[in-house]
Amino acid sequence: MATEATHGAEMAGHGAENAAETGGLVFHPMDQFIVKPLFGDGAVGMFTITNVTLWMLIAILAIVALMVLGTSRRAVIPSRSQSVAELAYGFIYKMVEDVTGKDGLVYFPYIMTLFMFIVIANFLGLIPMSFTTTSHFAVTVVLALCVFIGVTVLGFVKNGASFLSLFWVSSAPLALRPVLAIIEIISYFVRPVSHSIRLAGNVMAGHAVLKVFAGFAAVAAISPLTIVAITAIYGLEVLVAFIQAYVFTILTCVYLKDALHPHH
Amino acid sequence: MATEPIAGEFTSACVDSHGSAIGMPQLCAEWIPNQVFWLVITLVVIFFVLSRIALPRIASVLAERQGTITNDIAAAEELKRQAADAEAAYDKALADARAEAQAIGQQTRDEIKAQLDEATREADAQIAEKTAESEAAIAEIRASALANVEIVAKDTAEAIVAVLGGTADQAAISTAVDNRMKG
Repeated sequence: MATEATHGAEMAGHGAENAAETGGLVFHPMDQFIVKPLFGDGAVGMFTITNVTLWMLIAILAIVALMVLGTSRRAVIPSRSQSVAELAYGFIYKMVEDVTGKDGLVYFPYIMTLFMFIVIANFLGLIPMSFTTTSHFAVTVVLALCVFIGVTVLGFVKNGASFLSLFWVSSAPLALRPVLAIIEIISYFVRPVSHSIRLAGNVMAGHAVLKVFAGFAAVAAISPLTIVAITAIYGLEVLVAFIQAYVFTILTCVYLKDALHPHH
Repeated sequence: MATEPIAGEFTSACVDSHGSAIGMPQLCAEWIPNQVFWLVITLVVIFFVLSRIALPRIASVLAERQGTITNDIAAAEELKRQAADAEAAYDKALADARAEAQAIGQQTRDEIKAQLDEATREADAQIAEKTAESEAAIAEIRASALANVEIVAKDTAEAIVAVLGGTADQAAISTAVDNRMKG
């Protein structure tokens, strides 16, 4: 974040027309989300090694470090890293068990994969100068679609056509049921949209706000205030990073419960 | 965050000539395949690392810990039970010892009392014997004293009769003395 001020000043000199318009303050809050190749300046193809690749690799390494290396001693009395790994395990395991019931525990590794990836990617994104993979809709939509398609297929495989009773609210008066069915179907198909945009939107908004405040830090008169604000928002973002991973995971569990037990 | 301007020819529709984003980078279609590709690879890798290595290991560690805790609790309860037993045994021993001490004390007291009674009885008997002896002696002394008095009285009476010029009639004197002494 601190380098943003000098960067802003540099940009002010560089982009003369921008600087003229804004009087020395230059905001590029969205530049942090640019995907670019790590090697060379070519176009970003499907298999190009980009900053996305780098930060996802770092996420994998962080997860391996925490969940594999951290638990390598298999100690009955855990070390610090092992107790964090056990905490994460117990947290998600209990969540899956509480929300979906015992028969949902088969899918625990999938849900754990989603949670670990999102929470680690969110926290890695909070490192200054890093790239936040979960701030991109391309990423969160894939995650949400995996859940949506997986849960829908699972629902039909497990329950057959009776999975459709999810949309037929049998506890409502008969006259209301068709209306409710339409609402339920719409809400079912809106799930992946809200599921993905909630995560990427929160992460992107927080990071963009940090950048905007960092741009203000170029003005000496308000820079102390700006730094205080950045610190406060950063604290909030730490909270958001965890909460959004938690929300994504628990919604996945709720959708999974609907697939396993579609009857209201 | 890495936003240094990229020099030279730039080949993206989503970035301007200064390397800044045009619009939202999230909506840049040409970056989507790249992200999706690497995301899928990442998720597959994470899934296999977690499901093959990390999660079974953590599950076994947690199960082992649960077992250890259960065993330790069972052992602690066993020890507690033993301690309770030991305390009960101690209490019982204490109570027994106290009762025994009481019994011994009582017995000793009884023995001493019996001995004391015996001694008292013996002493009483001795005292009674002594008393009887003494009384006998006293009676004898008294009797002998009376006999002496009688003899003296007869002798004196005889002497007096002789002095008065009479002839001492032994029988009369002794009758008179006897009568006098009885009287």
